[in-house]
Amino acid sequence: MTEVIIIGAGPAGLSAAMSLARGGVRTLVLDREPEPGGIPRHCAHSPYGFREFHRPMFGPAYARRLAAEALAAGAEIRTLTTVTALHPGGRIEITSPEGSETLTAPAVLLATGVRETSRAARLIGGEKQAGVLNTGALQGIVHLNHQRPFRRPVILGTELVAFSALLTCREAGIKPVAMLEPGPRITARAPAGWLPWALGVPLRLKTRITQILGRSRVERILVDTPDGPDEIETDGVIITGGFRPDAPLVRASHMELDPASGGPVVDPWGRLTDPAYFAAGNLLRGVETAGWCWAEGQHVAGAIHAALKGQLPPPGGARLRIASDAVKLALPQVIVAGAQGRLQLRLARPVRGRLRLAQDGATLLERRIDSLPERRITLPLPQPRGTGDILVTVEE
Amino acid sequence: MPDLLPNYDVAVIGAGVVGCALARAFTLAGARVVVLEKAVDVLDGASKGNSAILHTGFDAPEGSLELACVREGYRMYHEIRDRLGLPVIRSGAMVLAWTEEEVASLPALMAQAVANGVTDVSPLSTAEARALEPALSDRVLAGFRVPGEHLIDPWSAAHGYLLQALDNGAILMRQAEVLAGRRSQGIWHLATTAGAVEAGLVINAAGLWGDEVDRRLIGESWFEIRPRKGQFVVFDKSAAALAGHILLPVPTKITKGIVVCRTAFGNLLVGPTAEEQDDREHATLDTATLQALIRRGCEILPALARHEVTATYAGLRPATEEKEYRIRDDLAEGYICVGGIRSTGLSAALGIADHVLGLAKGNWTPLTDPVWPRMPNLSTEGPRDWQAPGHGGILCHCELVTRREVEAALTGPLTAGNMGGLKRRTRVTMGRCQGFYCSAELARITEGRLAQPMLGGEDD
Ligand SMILES: Cc1cc2nc3c(=O)[nH]c(=O)nc-3n(C[C@H](O)[C@H](O)[C@H](O)COP(=O)(O)OP(=O)(O)OC[C@H]3O[C@@H](n4cnc5c(N)ncnc54)[C@H](O)[C@@H]3O)c2cc1C
Ligand SMILES: Cc1cc2nc3c(=O)[nH]c(=O)nc-3n(C[C@H](O)[C@H](O)[C@H](O)COP(=O)(O)OP(=O)(O)OC[C@H]3O[C@@H](n4cnc5c(N)ncnc54)[C@H](O)[C@@H]3O)c2cc1C
Repeated sequence: MTEVIIIGAGPAGLSAAMSLARGGVRTLVLDREPEPGGIPRHCAHSPYGFREFHRPMFGPAYARRLAAEALAAGAEIRTLTTVTALHPGGRIEITSPEGSETLTAPAVLLATGVRETSRAARLIGGEKQAGVLNTGALQGIVHLNHQRPFRRPVILGTELVAFSALLTCREAGIKPVAMLEPGPRITARAPAGWLPWALGVPLRLKTRITQILGRSRVERILVDTPDGPDEIETDGVIITGGFRPDAPLVRASHMELDPASGGPVVDPWGRLTDPAYFAAGNLLRGVETAGWCWAEGQHVAGAIHAALKGQLPPPGGARLRIASDAVKLALPQVIVAGAQGRLQLRLARPVRGRLRLAQDGATLLERRIDSLPERRITLPLPQPRGTGDILVTVEE
Repeated sequence: MPDLLPNYDVAVIGAGVVGCALARAFTLAGARVVVLEKAVDVLDGASKGNSAILHTGFDAPEGSLELACVREGYRMYHEIRDRLGLPVIRSGAMVLAWTEEEVASLPALMAQAVANGVTDVSPLSTAEARALEPALSDRVLAGFRVPGEHLIDPWSAAHGYLLQALDNGAILMRQAEVLAGRRSQGIWHLATTAGAVEAGLVINAAGLWGDEVDRRLIGESWFEIRPRKGQFVVFDKSAAALAGHILLPVPTKITKGIVVCRTAFGNLLVGPTAEEQDDREHATLDTATLQALIRRGCEILPALARHEVTATYAGLRPATEEKEYRIRDDLAEGYICVGGIRSTGLSAALGIADHVLGLAKGNWTPLTDPVWPRMPNLSTEGPRDWQAPGHGGILCHCELVTRREVEAALTGPLTAGNMGGLKRRTRVTMGRCQGFYCSAELARITEGRLAQPMLGGEDD
């Protein structure tokens, strides 16, 4: 009998599968794609594998290596298998080319990853035509299919993934005409900034796309710039970043979703509000590196192992509540005294000030912060007394 | 000696929902029909984006041709939908009043509904409305219920009508824009971008180009198209539980107003706006309007604020200077114009087709045992393809579209002509990720198979 079902064969799911299977746990990994590996399958150029394999690797090789290790450890991987519903107590519904069925396991790990925010969800105006793609789609088209969706697109956004899009373009012989950032500075860390310059792609800050025009294909875009409205001729738009956990299964289930992170509410062991379910990887929050997600997979595998032996404390704890508009997300959302691990935090805007975690008026933790949005911030887990809400505030 | 029999008895110009229904009606009546569509795929005009409500006609002008066609179209849809595999969501509608002035207009609207033959309307107090729709804002003052207003799949309906015509002998020509025509010895000679076509009777169902096609063929038009844009915001499937009924405002003279309703596919939509414009080709979205729609949606259903936007779209209504449909026959000239099917064409199409068939007075022999194709179900009402074995795996994860479904939409007499057409037939990329996950595989599968390819950067 299967002891653990893992949904999602990306870095987080495969890392957990390897770890559990090595510990002798009967583990089944399900993924809806034809091949395991998750997002790295189509990131042909990116640096992966430092943390896990102590050397830089291309995405596809890294994905194959992760899958091979999970299989070698004894995990079973079923691809072309989509999970369609989660029910209480670890009962899940799946569909595959053979049809639909129900599976049950004492523990189910959700590792379904993230996606970028679409053009529609950003409410960008204009017409709806071919040639508007997220980075994920672009990389699949270029690296998996060896096709070229456009010749001279614009790139919207400056998170790390936007620079990944830039490299993908270069590889495919696509010449972006501009890189646009609505904010006043590049979102990714400093060294990324030289890349557009080195590739001869003009970077335009404080520039927002208002309309994407062209009836069947992109022909031009209208932008708002500090110097007023402008028009750029282009044949495509790459919409990058704005990562959101891919959590429709959780949202449609009996379990609680955190509107701030977009992922499930978890405790320090990665347990959801139904303790048969665990989560790891980017499903917890948009977006972390593959290496980080891999490490989360290891951590949660340990927790699942303990849970199967009845060694985890019963669910429950103090709830973390964000009480400042400067903080975008914080997790785990359930804090338990004595638990190991780190608190993860993201800012909604640039912040310089003091961050405070307080319970019933008493400060549990206080830190000076000076950081930008989309940067990883971690803190020791606070040690609550009782189950009263823990408020996260910032004094600027 | 020229051949005095044209290749076709009837040429239908335009494959919008109205043209599709006309093709079906005339084919089943025994006529040899050709459908001429200028775009690479059908449903590329006004029928591309609407609210997908099957109207009862409760608020249509009394005694109008529009009312008669909507009533008959509604009846016929229910009569044939099972055989064609077309879904219906029996949601019912609520007309809601948010101001005292609107409350005062409710009795007259209910009386009009009854006069229009929609007799099962019933008044609602705030408490009654909120008991039926718990997510409704407590600021609603009163309303009434119209149980017969339903939701349908706006595309499978039209595809189904056209496919039945094609399966029974009609011909569809795409990329066949009608440029000019002349009639001699009772035969129309049409010049199209796909070559010459002859027909005995020409029916102009060109929607947003109805007046232009009139001018091209008979030199003048008795109406003027005044395109009226409608923008929509579609929320995630998680929001669909917030509204069982179609939530309608009190209509004004020009528009039915901003509606909140589910879609047949299990999303929730808010829209449309009513914006006059000259352009018949481009329906552009603008951010401020979309934000205003979201705000309006949240006023009606406060809990909507917690849900994500899945999609946005805009459609153009082929409105004219008058409210009424602009249907006119000139049988002496072998010509019928079916114009200005403004904002109820989806509901009325079958009724319009029946009415026009009556006007045509053809002496064809109706088919005794026509073929009834079955459309694949994409709605929440019936089983979906992914639930049956052998589907080849899910391709579009958000909408659970299978490889088998996509393959089917890329084959047969009504094969998709572009990505828009493939989306309408299968729903690929229409879900919350809008193509993040499945665009690459779609680009691979559709390569060389769409008249208008998905990708634009390949070497030519
Ligand atoms: C375009 C892009 C470029 C990136 N570039 C880099 C980079 O250069 N370096 C780096 O370190 N990180 C990069 N990242 C981030 C990195 O790829 C992710 O951090 C990592 O893949 C996350 O791993 P994961 O296991 O959480 O999820 P994923 O890798 O996203 O895997 C999730 C898996 O779950 C499956 N799944 C989802 N739902 C279901 C379901 N219902 N049923 C069955 N299976 C399901 C999916 O098919 C997928 O295989 C990039 C991300 C993106 C989107
Ligand atoms: C925002 C909005 C909301 C709506 N909501 C609803 C609703 O809820 N319920 C309802 O019943 N109705 C609704 N409608 C109305 C409905 O969509 C229209 O009445 C209907 O689509 C009109 O169809 P049509 O076939 O007349 O025109 P079209 O769909 O425009 O079809 C005309 C076709 O003719 C083609 N054509 C044009 N010129 C030529 C030429 N020279 N040669 C060859 N082909 C040509 C075009 O390409 C087009 O495909 C709504 C409409 C809008 C815009």
